Amino acid sequence: MKPAVEKILDVRDLSIGLKSFRPVQNLSFSVRRGETLALVGESGSGKSLTALALMRLLPEVARIAGGSATFMDRDLASLSEAEMRKVRGSDIGMIFQEPMTSLNPVLTVGRQISEVLRIHEGLDRRLAMARSVELLDLVRIPEPQRRVHEYPHQLSGGMRQRVMIAMAVACSPKLLIADEPTTALDVTIQAQVLELIDNLCRDLSMAVILITHDLGVVGQWADRVVVMYAGRKVEEADPETLFSRPLHPYTRGLLGASPRMAAGISYRDQALVEIPGSIASATMATGCRFAPRCDLAEPSCLAADPDLLEPAAGHRVACPIVVRRGA
Amino acid sequence: MQGRLPDIARLIVRSAFHAVPTILVILVANFFLLRLAPGDAADVIAAESGFATDEMMEGLRSRFGLDLPILEQLQNYLGHILRFDLGYSARFNTPVIDLILQRVPGTLILMLSAMAISLMIGIAVGTFQATFAGRWPDRVIAVVTQLFYSLPGFWIGLMLIVFFAVRLRWLPTGGSGPIGVELSGLSGLLIRLKYMVLPATSLALFYVAVYARLTRASVIEAKAQDYVRTARAKGLSQFKVMTGHVLRNALLPVTTLAGIHLGGLLGGAVVIETVYAWPGLGRLAYEAVMARDFSVLLGVLLLSSIVVIAVNLLVDVIQAFIDPRIELK
Ligand SMILES: Nc1ncnc2c1ncn2[C@@H]1O[C@H](COP(=O)(O)OP(=O)(O)OP(=O)(O)O)[C@@H](O)[C@H]1O
Ligand SMILES: [Mg+2]
Repeated sequence: MKPAVEKILDVRDLSIGLKSFRPVQNLSFSVRRGETLALVGESGSGKSLTALALMRLLPEVARIAGGSATFMDRDLASLSEAEMRKVRGSDIGMIFQEPMTSLNPVLTVGRQISEVLRIHEGLDRRLAMARSVELLDLVRIPEPQRRVHEYPHQLSGGMRQRVMIAMAVACSPKLLIADEPTTALDVTIQAQVLELIDNLCRDLSMAVILITHDLGVVGQWADRVVVMYAGRKVEEADPETLFSRPLHPYTRGLLGASPRMAAGISYRDQALVEIPGSIASATMATGCRFAPRCDLAEPSCLAADPDLLEPAAGHRVACPIVVRRGA
Repeated sequence: MQGRLPDIARLIVRSAFHAVPTILVILVANFFLLRLAPGDAADVIAAESGFATDEMMEGLRSRFGLDLPILEQLQNYLGHILRFDLGYSARFNTPVIDLILQRVPGTLILMLSAMAISLMIGIAVGTFQATFAGRWPDRVIAVVTQLFYSLPGFWIGLMLIVFFAVRLRWLPTGGSGPIGVELSGLSGLLIRLKYMVLPATSLALFYVAVYARLTRASVIEAKAQDYVRTARAKGLSQFKVMTGHVLRNALLPVTTLAGIHLGGLLGGAVVIETVYAWPGLGRLAYEAVMARDFSVLLGVLLLSSIVVIAVNLLVDVIQAFIDPRIELK
């Protein structure tokens, strides 16, 4: 690993607490400048809560229970609300899953994009509007002059998501968090939106945390992948390595369960494999959360939390058993 | 927004056309309804003078057209209406239109200030409650609004008079201004305001409760919407999120309801005007009923229905302006 590559976000042992349990526990990962990091894992694995914790927008019932998230030399977990407001929308932009409901229905898209420019860059109404037109053009919305005066209900789902992107990148953030940005869109639009995010991240040299459970998306767009299971990181690697040599039993299960594969391997003709059991079984206080569903599980798996091992450079896995067996 | 102006113009024209048969039905129905009440203006005048011969009664009746067959009376009345003639008041000895125009401003001021008070206070209180939803400030206020909601307006009015006018002597007990004093300028306005506080408040309290409850529910719902999270992710302050995003949406149902209430407010005004001796349409209507002065009453009803129809139209237009999703069909 080249030390010259600067980490712009370094999350260390982040834990998120709800009333009765911790949906995210001791999660560590980092994002380098300009890189696209994919966060994958099945529903309920804590991806959205992680993203919201970084923005300090957790729902009222949830709180950061420990750990740090160093973003450009500041710990996001301990910034004051006022300082955090300056970070949101300006240094970190965020896109959400539901383009249909994530825009305010009674304000024009121009007004909604302008808002972020006016608070962070102090532009006046006219300048902000002019800049909004440019931004709509940047996210490839045709006829931006006209569209800027339209309301969300007059736009298609794909267009709305582009508006969300325009809003999120309006102040050229260093980091863009995209929480399943294309799940609600149809397949052809999905590719366009992801390509747009990819181009923007290159042009604006912006890092991206791409949350998804579509492994096809991961293979195509991510530089690095963090696989999460029940609030823990179980594996981390670049997509080629992950797809060709998955180590963690959960990752293997995921890949087996995915119809689309990158890295030239196609499982298309094979039957889908389902991972037996469900994430609801991951309720124990210690030990590997995946053990109840794991073929390789041994009694020791439940005794203590598995350490994160690095069997190959840049490839980390939280399973001593596969490493011991030399996988 | 500019794009909607032709639509709005079309809506107004169409509504005006639709209003004509509505108003006609209201007139005819009221006309027959009023004949069901025992007695007529001649009876009342005769009774008040304490002495009347049959000839005098006949004379009065033929002067007001009360001796004609009922259908012919209706025909005459509608004929006059078509010429914008509301008839002549037997009781006040004045053209009905003059009587009404004299009283319209009083009622409008009362209604609009009650509406303004109830919207401002109701929305503020409801938003405050929503911010503390489920905690004690919310619960305490909920009890108070429940009280305003269930107490009749006239009783609230009487209690306010007893407390603020009789006990504390801060405010006048009734009327619309001091007698024999020329009111002008700022001080005149202040004096008028003093006379308006109690009637407008009594009329408003019920609606304060209604709007507070609705705003509370509506704000709580709007706060949970995805676009609010988006707004916060942009770095807006809680205050800006509340005013620019939450309230913008949460107040849509409140404006709809307020529009519907304007008609009801006119009814409430009748009671309040009587309690406070406020010279408005409501009191005029009340006096007209007591005097069986049907042409005045019909005039008031006609004007009220026009006001209600116009207000509803205005509400539709305002709604179209504040909610872009509403189709003007
Ligand atoms: N507002 C909330 N109140 C209570 N529990 C919550 C709340 N939000 C999330 N959780 C719980 O936290 C866990 C992680 O949720 P999270 O939304 O982060 O999952 P996710 O990985 O984003 O899933 P998905 O792929 O479905 O979006 C889940 O068990 C969920 O039930
Ligand atoms: Mg999620």
